[in-house]
Amino acid sequence: MTCDIHGQFVDVHDGSERLILSFAPGLLPLQQRWRNNGLSADFMGDYVTAFFPRDDADPTTIQRQEEIKGAVSYIANELLENAMKYNDNASAELIKIELILTAERIILTLSNHLSDEQASAFVRFIHRLEQSDADTMYMEQLEANAMTGSSSGLGLLTMINDYNAALAWRFSPNTRRGVDAQTQVTLAV
Amino acid sequence: MNGIEGENYAVNLDPTAATLSMSGTLRLNGLDEYAPVSKLLSELLTLTESPTLDLSKLGFLNSSGIAVLSRFVIEARTKGIDNLRIVGAQSVPWQTKSLRNLQRLMPALQLDIQ
Repeated sequence: MTCDIHGQFVDVHDGSERLILSFAPGLLPLQQRWRNNGLSADFMGDYVTAFFPRDDADPTTIQRQEEIKGAVSYIANELLENAMKYNDNASAELIKIELILTAERIILTLSNHLSDEQASAFVRFIHRLEQSDADTMYMEQLEANAMTGSSSGLGLLTMINDYNAALAWRFSPNTRRGVDAQTQVTLAV
Repeated sequence: MNGIEGENYAVNLDPTAATLSMSGTLRLNGLDEYAPVSKLLSELLTLTESPTLDLSKLGFLNSSGIAVLSRFVIEARTKGIDNLRIVGAQSVPWQTKSLRNLQRLMPALQLDIQ
């Protein structure tokens, strides 16, 4: 079974701190589940602040903590929103978000299950991203979204352009149906 | 005063001050759920040639919300409203990262991050 990998996808097997949340997508309608994306993302954002303590006498530590909290919360929320919107709910696979904290990086990995069609569309978007300048593509996407009334792809583009995040993906054929997709977002800290 | 109150957010249009203020956490699902917010933003552009959008108390905004703001700025640009002012806060991380892109859509936009 072969995997399709884009970018520098890493598996961290050491004893790094990690936090994993899992969701059964078929359990609740999207509408009812939506607010849990924000709750989970804010929890992850708050969680990492313990590792970046603030010293009230040093404003740079306060700003750093707020920046990291805001970045983790934004990115986790976008990953969860995408996963809930573009999941193959006919599959029983759980949606999973994992946060790993190493000395130099925060790594957020979102795993979900896509139909073959959803996976193909996603890979087409990634190919476009790989062949473009991300900044130019972002501005083009903002203009295009205004015309079409959509917001697709914008979450991933903001992560790259506004948060200096590195993105990677791994797609593996599922043994039963469709594709297991993983989106990995790495922030240097 | 014209406005929308959500679970964690508020959007208020003050016609006298020609100012639309957003506060709280806005993470609605896609542009359809943002339609009432978009409507108020469009209304702001009909009030005056010098409208203000105050985001300084908006702690979080998802990418669908960023798309809504981009569309609003493009609408202002199309209508030739050059005196649009957007107020943000230095203490809100997403604003220092993402608001500058709105100015790139319309260089005349006055971005005031306090």
